[in-house]
Amino acid sequence: MTAPSGAAAPTEPAPAQPGADPDLLYTEPEEDLRAAVRSLLADRGGPAAVLADLESGRAYDTGLWRPLAADMGTAGLLVPEKLGGQGASAREAAVVLEELGRAVAPVPYLTSAVLAVTALLGCETDRPEVTAPLAALAEGRSVGVLAVPLPTAPGTLPEPAVRADADGALSGEVTGVADGAAADVLLVPADGPYGYALYAVDAAADGVRVAPGVPLDLTRVPARITLDRAAGRLLAGQDTARAAVTGALLTGAGLLASEQLGIAEWCLAETVRHTAQRTQFGRPVGSFQALKHRMAALWLDVASARAAARNAADALATGSPDAPVAVAVAQAYCAPVAVRAAEECVQLHGGIGMTWEHPAHLFLKRAKADEIALGTPGRHRAALAELVDIPAP
Amino acid sequence: MTDGTTETGETGRLDAAELRRRTADLLAAHPPADTAPLDFLRARFDAGLAWVHFPRGLGGLDAPRALQAVVDAELEAAGAPDNDPRRIGIGLGMAAPTILRFGTDEQKQRFLRPLWTGEEAWCQLFSEPGAGSDLAALATSAVRDEDGTGWVVDGQKVWTSSAHLARWAILIARTDPDLPKHRGITYFVCDMTDPGVEVRPLRQITGEAEFNEVFLTGVRIPDAHRLGAVGEGWKVAQTTLMNERVAIGGARQPREGGMIGVAARAWRERPEARTHDLHQRLLRHWVDAEVARLTGERLRQQLAKGHPGPEGSGMKLAFARLAQQISGWEVEFLGEDGLAYDDWTLRRPEGVDFTGRQAGYRYLRAKGNSIEGGTSEVLLNIVAERVLGLPPEPRTDKDVAWKDLPR
Repeated sequence: MTAPSGAAAPTEPAPAQPGADPDLLYTEPEEDLRAAVRSLLADRGGPAAVLADLESGRAYDTGLWRPLAADMGTAGLLVPEKLGGQGASAREAAVVLEELGRAVAPVPYLTSAVLAVTALLGCETDRPEVTAPLAALAEGRSVGVLAVPLPTAPGTLPEPAVRADADGALSGEVTGVADGAAADVLLVPADGPYGYALYAVDAAADGVRVAPGVPLDLTRVPARITLDRAAGRLLAGQDTARAAVTGALLTGAGLLASEQLGIAEWCLAETVRHTAQRTQFGRPVGSFQALKHRMAALWLDVASARAAARNAADALATGSPDAPVAVAVAQAYCAPVAVRAAEECVQLHGGIGMTWEHPAHLFLKRAKADEIALGTPGRHRAALAELVDIPAP
Repeated sequence: MTDGTTETGETGRLDAAELRRRTADLLAAHPPADTAPLDFLRARFDAGLAWVHFPRGLGGLDAPRALQAVVDAELEAAGAPDNDPRRIGIGLGMAAPTILRFGTDEQKQRFLRPLWTGEEAWCQLFSEPGAGSDLAALATSAVRDEDGTGWVVDGQKVWTSSAHLARWAILIARTDPDLPKHRGITYFVCDMTDPGVEVRPLRQITGEAEFNEVFLTGVRIPDAHRLGAVGEGWKVAQTTLMNERVAIGGARQPREGGMIGVAARAWRERPEARTHDLHQRLLRHWVDAEVARLTGERLRQQLAKGHPGPEGSGMKLAFARLAQQISGWEVEFLGEDGLAYDDWTLRRPEGVDFTGRQAGYRYLRAKGNSIEGGTSEVLLNIVAERVLGLPPEPRTDKDVAWKDLPR
């Protein structure tokens, strides 16, 4: 687990070598899961349908979330069976996120099934205050979000903006909470009589106001959450709460790399398809070397991003001590690859790439927002500087 | 021996236990401590433990290729001599797979054993001054001799590693200038001791002469040393070239292996030279190097499962870019020390060590990484056309006789 900011630098002379060899491939059950998710997303109409639905004002695609999260059980992949989940691992969740990235699906998977679920799993899971919301999230019956700003990086845990009083009433304001408007339950870090603590708050409770903003990424909307003496249930205090939130951010950042891989894959495939067909100057534009080289270079970046994302997923799945390094490497690498793939997609599509009716802009907006989410590449490189002993001047 | 009893029935292929047993038999019959290294290597070849995936009688046992690692580990633990694969890499990596695939029985029997034991080194006579990336444009000619039993070769080759050490060369030459360039080429084994072969060192940017120019004047090659059919040389050369690209940049690396390890150590040892700009750039290179390592690891895992991924086509590109960026970073980091060079003396090293010598050498040598074995530009075309399926560039030379092409 990454140390909170301000902690002492590691003292051993890095670099720590990764432990056991990571499994960087996909297993057969993982491929089956991918096929099922891909087919569901195709049935829902893919990026074109996302585009058509964009301005409906809904917080997320409820028609997709139910079959995906509840019927297929993907919301509970990270949750042990005895707690109402599927007992799978970060490797399987990563495959789901790859497919959701390829479809820019507007569903709260990363926020609810990954961030909120791992935060709850980091609390004491023999207490009903923890297990009840966890089971509801795992079964896709409710949507939860961790109430921290989306840009928060693992290892840079800010002091909470919310205060708790002795009765568990919470007051304060958190901005930039992704999918905040989709949530039934808010997991809120707060300062109070127990020090740093994590509370659960029902989104419908008195004193809770959730105001979605106008987002850059139309498919994952951040919201401002204002609490005015809202009733909170204590989930964990002190070190447990900090570790739970940091662990959730680490898992979220690691698995976000798989979403970024999916975004980059779609952008490259669509660009190759388009340029192989579009004719200018009497030739398919994809036959011009200047363009071919850009797509080939991008292909190499995408193939490399796959190795980095798989490594992070495997490290998280196996609880490897190398996970902080694997996650930082994956985020520092995959975030820029997704952005570049989306930018190249817009550019190499020419005029059509600039239009609202072509879905390329959805991928660009998601890729750019994902670059900021859960730590920018620069923040992850700064984390690596400590983890692998490349100290700043 | 109990041949057959432990072999997997239907395929006749050996398992790891059987190979361990055969390795133990070899070590018992030829204890490394009491055996001359060459005698041991010959015995190892004859036992089929040289390259276990090769056929029986040719240094192998028709075993799965992955099991070679089992044999190598046992022999290394027993202190057995190795065949110095770095020194004879061209023979092992390029000539051998080509001879195995296209050679006659006589050629395989003649060439493979001394090639593997290192008694005979090999070089590759492909590139020419006028045909680099456009390799098939080559001009070296091979003409039937008077009595029709062989060939006479004239021309010039360039960038030939180990030509001054090699006993044999694989050679492609033009046998029919009236055909389009890819169709008039034939593949030969050339005797480097022939009086018509002249080897001159080619000094390069680093001051070293790793490579040679080779002048071929009336070189006589018997028809028995032709590999594959007359006019099929381009197809044969594809086997050699594919193996060459696999060999470059394919080695397994630990974290901070290779060039990035050198740079990271320099950073740790010289805090006074650190700047914020260099820090940011080093961290980017560190991430790129780690991801390249993981990409190579993923490719190896795919190969081990029998599903080779297309990543192999890109690994050399990534390796070249990284080596150039990191070595350039290192010279800059060293500041005043980066202004110095260790030694400009013309040397003829037997192999090349990309991470060897000092920073200035590494920087200059890395410039070759995006040229040798296929330029990065050619590799990007290959990825675009073969992996991504993009349309080819229009070709004006495809159906034109080689002799009519502008040169």
